[in-house]
Amino acid sequence: MANQRIMACVLSLALTASFAGCQQTNGSASSSAAAAGNAANTAASGDTIKIGFVTPLTGSTSSYGQSSQKGLQLLEEQVNKEGGINGKKIQIISVDSEGKAATAVTAGQKLINDDKVCAIVGPVLSGSSNALAPICQQYNIPMITGTGTNENITTAGDCIFRTCFTDPFQGKIMAKFATEKLKAKTAAILYDNGSDYSKGLAEAFKSAFTGKIVDTESYNSGDKDFNAQLTKIAPYNPDVLFLPEYYEDVAVIAKTARSVGIKATFIGGDGFDSPKLFSIGGDAVEGVYFSTHYSADDTSAEVSQFVKDYKAKYGGDPDAFAALTYDAGKVLVDSIKKAGSTDGTAIKTALKNYSGTVVCGKITFDKNRNAVKAAVIIKTENGKGKFFTKITV
Amino acid sequence: MKKHLTKLLIFLAASAVLFIVLQMLISANIINAYYKRILMTICINVILALSANLVINYTGQLTLGHSAFMAIGAYGAAAIYKAGVPFVVSLLFGSLIAAVSGFLIGLPTLRLKGDYLAITTLGFCQIIVVLLQNIPQLGGAQGFAGIPGKTTFAWVFFSMILTIVVLHNVVGSRQGRAMVSVREDEIAAGAMGINTTRYKVMAFTVSAFFAGLAGGLYAFLMMFINPTMFDYFKSMDLVIYVVLGGNGAFAGCIASTAILTVLPEALRFLNNYRMVIYPLLLIVIMILRVKNIRLARLKGFFRKFRKGGENDAAA
Amino acid sequence: MSFVEFLQQLINGLSLGSVYALIALGYTMVYGIIGLINFAHCDIYMVGAYIGFFAATSLGLPFVPTLILAMVGSAVVGVLVERVAYRPLRKASSISLLITAMGVSLLLENGFNAVFSSTPRSYPHNILQQKNITLGPVHTDSLHLIILGVSVLLMILLQFIIYRTRIGKAMRATSADKDAAALMGINVDWVISVTFAIGSALAGAAGVLVGILYSSIDPYMGIQPGIKAFTAAVFGGIGLIPGAFLGGLMLGVIETFVTAWYSPLAGAIGFIVLIAILIVKPSGLLGKKASEKV
Repeated sequence: MANQRIMACVLSLALTASFAGCQQTNGSASSSAAAAGNAANTAASGDTIKIGFVTPLTGSTSSYGQSSQKGLQLLEEQVNKEGGINGKKIQIISVDSEGKAATAVTAGQKLINDDKVCAIVGPVLSGSSNALAPICQQYNIPMITGTGTNENITTAGDCIFRTCFTDPFQGKIMAKFATEKLKAKTAAILYDNGSDYSKGLAEAFKSAFTGKIVDTESYNSGDKDFNAQLTKIAPYNPDVLFLPEYYEDVAVIAKTARSVGIKATFIGGDGFDSPKLFSIGGDAVEGVYFSTHYSADDTSAEVSQFVKDYKAKYGGDPDAFAALTYDAGKVLVDSIKKAGSTDGTAIKTALKNYSGTVVCGKITFDKNRNAVKAAVIIKTENGKGKFFTKITV
Repeated sequence: MKKHLTKLLIFLAASAVLFIVLQMLISANIINAYYKRILMTICINVILALSANLVINYTGQLTLGHSAFMAIGAYGAAAIYKAGVPFVVSLLFGSLIAAVSGFLIGLPTLRLKGDYLAITTLGFCQIIVVLLQNIPQLGGAQGFAGIPGKTTFAWVFFSMILTIVVLHNVVGSRQGRAMVSVREDEIAAGAMGINTTRYKVMAFTVSAFFAGLAGGLYAFLMMFINPTMFDYFKSMDLVIYVVLGGNGAFAGCIASTAILTVLPEALRFLNNYRMVIYPLLLIVIMILRVKNIRLARLKGFFRKFRKGGENDAAA
Repeated sequence: MSFVEFLQQLINGLSLGSVYALIALGYTMVYGIIGLINFAHCDIYMVGAYIGFFAATSLGLPFVPTLILAMVGSAVVGVLVERVAYRPLRKASSISLLITAMGVSLLLENGFNAVFSSTPRSYPHNILQQKNITLGPVHTDSLHLIILGVSVLLMILLQFIIYRTRIGKAMRATSADKDAAALMGINVDWVISVTFAIGSALAGAAGVLVGILYSSIDPYMGIQPGIKAFTAAVFGGIGLIPGAFLGGLMLGVIETFVTAWYSPLAGAIGFIVLIAILIVKPSGLLGKKASEKV
């Protein structure tokens, strides 16, 4: 017969041990009995202003997270060099979400309740953003995602901001671009069935495209062989092939599509925007059009300074993740400056009224706290993205 | 029989005391919301681990797809709640459809042995994930948002206690002994007139019920669910909890689940090397555990822990 | 579906299948000898791809030396993993070993992520010229043919090693009964090390070939093909070399046809077919029903 007393004893021991285990990560946790609402004040009372950042640093989405982190660390360095916010240095606390929504929430709560950050940048991925948004709303901690494109994220409440396009916006502008500029009459779509980003873009494109969608195919996250889908698409001979996914998949799809004889023009969204597109895709990604947030050969001061600083620090060109997260951080830092306080409500108000120019252009927020800004269309030529046109909807 | 009842009462009383203490610490914010979330995750993981434990350790069937039942419970409960059903009924509904699917998938697949069963259950899990990605009414790949945060600490804690009590009674019953006999020697059990498939399916169904319950609680804790939360990596985590917990001992299983749930969070100070150290510790613990560590003898806690384990295994 | 399209999809399926088969061979080899689902196999495959990548870029080696270096490097890593992580658990239950394998898998993935970051890297484009080969109305490319050829060659080689050499005999003896084999004077440790070396070298070769085929490599590249290859191995009857080959090809063909028919099911179909087959034939396509001794 089992001994329940021992069981209960072990259970309580385990729970206490686990509790102690957590506390090792932050010595001040037990001494501080401040209610969560006071979190912001605690952050302000120190010498630094703490800003949280939730990002995937491990797992199969970690390349996006690591790029984003580079962008934000560059910002941290720059802000602190220029004397911080109103004399206080900023400290970015990055936590790993492993690319999992559940971990992102736990990590976000650590930032809010344990590290007492005054605001959160990120999460980088849409799923994580969707999961963390209600929590930030509950604690009145402003959350500003630079890359979470799922439409629903900002509906969680008035604490949640976004500095990038939503999936429907991007799908729509690419549909518009395909019809108006490329004069496309037929289109085919190949999307990633397991990715919220890819699916969101594909659906928006489908409903906004005025020509004929001749075929829609999908694959499963992680697949690297696209022969079956592309062989099926080939006989339809579409004018454009819409590829709403990230650069590493796009490059392989483009190569395969050309080898099965698809002549269509490839178009897509900001997922294309990485120097890696060319190193993986080679010739197959020449003459491709995609929408993104800024063009690296833009002559504006913000862009050229950012690209220069990024190269000096990391020795390579930034991708869209780095630029977008840098921007989200910048908008937040400027708003904290303007608010003159790290109180959640003050930052929130400052963000709402924000108007300024960052790497991706001029940004203001609409009533749903989504960024209002123009999209840039890039055309690829000779292994480089070239500015093609600007589109607003 | 009377002794059994006394023990049960003592256990329940101890749980109640533990709950009151924890709840007071939470109210005083000594356990802040971050630790509270970890505690709640532990409780949910314990329910999952104990349910998987019934199949893996008591019946001896390796399942790598337990998170599929969690997914069914989570989506089932969330979907029916949206249709206007009360929270409790939603949880029950989620658990029940998880149990039914456990029965339906168990019936044909549990005839398979060892590694063949493992890959089949893993495949089942993947199928559920892909299906959920293709149901737009449930949010598809974009996820199911807008679930109210109904799950409180009391809910997860007492669900865990309920799971412990019920599963403990199951393994102590005639059916439970039949399950153990299947694990020990399926052919001999069959020869003794035990319908082995029946008991395997029974264990699978009960186990799926509790996994579904955990899934429902999880959905109302997370407030947002998406299919990849329940992929086979989640199942593998469960198998790890169960195997590190020992040979079916409830206490061991609970302890290992609690420790392994906390470990990735406790290792956060390692930054980039966190997820390198975690598997390293896993391997080291596994080797030490199998080598029957001398270290354990040094600590009274471990000795007690192991004694409890042996008793439970003998149950 | 027209006949030409059917033919083309068949070729696509066989191409995809040859990738699965190549990885599945190593899986099944290790399983056949020591009965372990080596979850880390697909990560050794990743390690091989990385070794090949550095050989091709940093050392500037051409294709064949790159491949050999990757195979040798992977073999060393594989043997090391066995020595350090699996050997202490040899007497333990197979499920303990499985957990350790999962741990090793995570360790390799996250370790490579920590050291090399997870930014995808790509093999130099000129390491192996990929040519389109047209046969009438259908086409394929040279690299897929090479992968198919290598799989066939390795399958025959493995069969030869296992059934025609001394070490192969020792492997079979170890597979049948470790203790009895040891009593017969077989150095079981050595045999298992050799098994891991061969299995890991196969994974390394697959890593380089697939790395070139899909152009990019990253620390988590092994997860998806790993699970598919494992499925393929079970499909054909795990532990059987020809089974892995056949299972790989069949899985590739079935997946391709279902994808062409209704692509949203692509991620699930392999498993649906697997479950269906196992219910009818519980030990895989080529597996024999083992009668258990009481």
